[in-house]
Amino acid sequence: MNFLQYLINGVSIGAVYAIIALGYTMVYGIAKMLNFAHGDVIMVGAYISYCVTSYLGLPAVLGVLIAMAVCTLLGVLIEGLAYKPLRGTSSLAVLITAIGISYFLQNGAQLIWGSAPKNFASIVTFAPLKLFSGRLTITGEVIITILASILIMVALTLFTGKTRMGKAMRAVSEDRDAAQLMGINVNRTISMTFAIGSALAAIAGVLLCSAVPTLQPTTGSMPGIRAFTAAVFGGIGSIPGAMLGGILLGVIETFSKAYFSTQFSDAIVFLVLILVLLVKPAGLMGKAVQEKV
Amino acid sequence: MKKVVSLALAAVMAASMLAGCGGEKPAANSSATEKASAQAGGVIKVGNSGPLTNDYAMYGKAVEYGLKLGFEEINAKGGLQYEVRVEDDEGDSEMAVNSFNTLMDWGMQIMAGPTTSGCAVTIGSNCAEDHVFMLTPSGSDPNIIATGDNVFQVAFTDPNQGLVTADYISMNYKDSKIGLIYESSNPYSVGVRDTFVSEAKTKGLNVVCEESYTSDNKADLSTQVTKCQAAGCDLVFMPIYSVEGAQILTYANKIGYEPLFVGCDGLDGILAVEGFDPKLAEGVLLLTPFDATADDERVQEFVKNYTEKFGVVPNQFAADAYDAAYIIDQACQAAGVTADMDYQQVCDKVVEQMLTMTYSGITGETMTWQADGAVSKLPKAVKVENGVYVTAD
Repeated sequence: MNFLQYLINGVSIGAVYAIIALGYTMVYGIAKMLNFAHGDVIMVGAYISYCVTSYLGLPAVLGVLIAMAVCTLLGVLIEGLAYKPLRGTSSLAVLITAIGISYFLQNGAQLIWGSAPKNFASIVTFAPLKLFSGRLTITGEVIITILASILIMVALTLFTGKTRMGKAMRAVSEDRDAAQLMGINVNRTISMTFAIGSALAAIAGVLLCSAVPTLQPTTGSMPGIRAFTAAVFGGIGSIPGAMLGGILLGVIETFSKAYFSTQFSDAIVFLVLILVLLVKPAGLMGKAVQEKV
Repeated sequence: MKKVVSLALAAVMAASMLAGCGGEKPAANSSATEKASAQAGGVIKVGNSGPLTNDYAMYGKAVEYGLKLGFEEINAKGGLQYEVRVEDDEGDSEMAVNSFNTLMDWGMQIMAGPTTSGCAVTIGSNCAEDHVFMLTPSGSDPNIIATGDNVFQVAFTDPNQGLVTADYISMNYKDSKIGLIYESSNPYSVGVRDTFVSEAKTKGLNVVCEESYTSDNKADLSTQVTKCQAAGCDLVFMPIYSVEGAQILTYANKIGYEPLFVGCDGLDGILAVEGFDPKLAEGVLLLTPFDATADDERVQEFVKNYTEKFGVVPNQFAADAYDAAYIIDQACQAAGVTADMDYQQVCDKVVEQMLTMTYSGITGETMTWQADGAVSKLPKAVKVENGVYVTAD
């Protein structure tokens, strides 16, 4: 029974990693850059939702929607102001800029909301499910998180597969120059990717803080790095890969805590990651693409 | 492109490694050799560094407020006059060295800090080297006072906290199945845990489950709570800080797990976490030297003045700092310290007093100091009832 409980907890935290990882993987796939500020967009999303529900007293759904809107705007703004001018320069320059933006957001949040942690009120209000005479508890947050991640996954797959914009994204990701020659507006496509990634970050932020109530300016950084790991694990650039990587990472993390040691869980998680990357260097679902010369 | 990914991964790893060893690095200091300039205005300059921003800002702020309130009252009485300057070290040892150097340049004669244990260990060796008297209000790691003969503490040492908690549990909850959740990357938490476990063994306590987390993976503590529940623990000891304490209490409440939660001074302040539902902390037991609801007249006056001035109820960190101010004043007066002495003269005189004097304050009656710099005083057990601390029997 404990096994099931751990599995559920693992899938739940993994689903949050997965939603964050989607943001990393989409931006990497299309803009070919690692957006290290992504984790901090999560934190901003959570703060916005906190403000809307706690200070303005509006319902949680509105909190999520407003957080998504603000984060979308923020994502597009970051891309336009910080990354677009650097397009075409070395990838390292963009990487360093992303780290800079990450610190900028953290310190900005500290200025606006203060550094003292806030306790995030969960957006899920219904009581936890008790199964097997109370020996197995599935909290409402777990159900919502898993449902949300499945929904997002399906929606994204449909979007990239069926819509014009989605097809444009795939084209840009495959060959930016050729896509441009075919009349695709590359800049707009990349902005769109950031918009979607940041909106997902807002959802992830709300879900993360509903499960783990501590909200402070550094809330996004560790889950962000874990999700980035998950994205690499699943194969960076691949949408199903990010999903799989996230959930596997969550489950491995929880199981290593539960059955080996809470002390060494990180070492075990990263050992598994290294082993997988040794066998499949492109990640679980990543395609090994030949670099064109 | 693969190269970029691996580079980035390497960068992340390197960064986390650096973060990991930052605390142990003995810090070099540049300007500390400069002599403090002669004091013309007749004020004794007292410095403190603490996390005024970042994760532990609530503690740094509390110490800042406590010191300021204490010295303000002392100045108002006439007698020796003090000036306090508080620098932000973000709870980071390397930043603390910068803060220390800034304070030395300013002409600091007494160090009433740092606030967090990690920084206090680093700055302790700086103070020992330069011969600056140091009294950390809230740093509780025994390594702090080990850095020098001129380094003293107001708070209990971590081992002492573990010891008294184990004793308290063996007196009142001897037959409980005890679970333990601590932060293995935090010296404070590990320090309390180590002596707690060894004392629990000698007292024959039944510790059935011991779980930990690190600062890197504390985002999800549900497994630790589930393991304690699965092991049937009816008492969970958490020598951790209140942020993670709040996380654990929230999750335990969600899954309907209701053991007796016991904490140390680090958990103090849990009721001040914004948005935290105090109902979740109902019944939590804390061993702390300071109880804001105590009948004691001085405690009541301190709580009233502090609340009026800063708009929050003081926690133990504020009380420790307030006591630190009075301890410094008592020692300076008895030793005949004057504002024109340099910090080395001040140090010699004050250290001599510390070893012989007795101080009664709001965090303990008849506090005395041993030659190693540790304080001896008795803790109080308090319980959260209807959202406030009350004295537990």
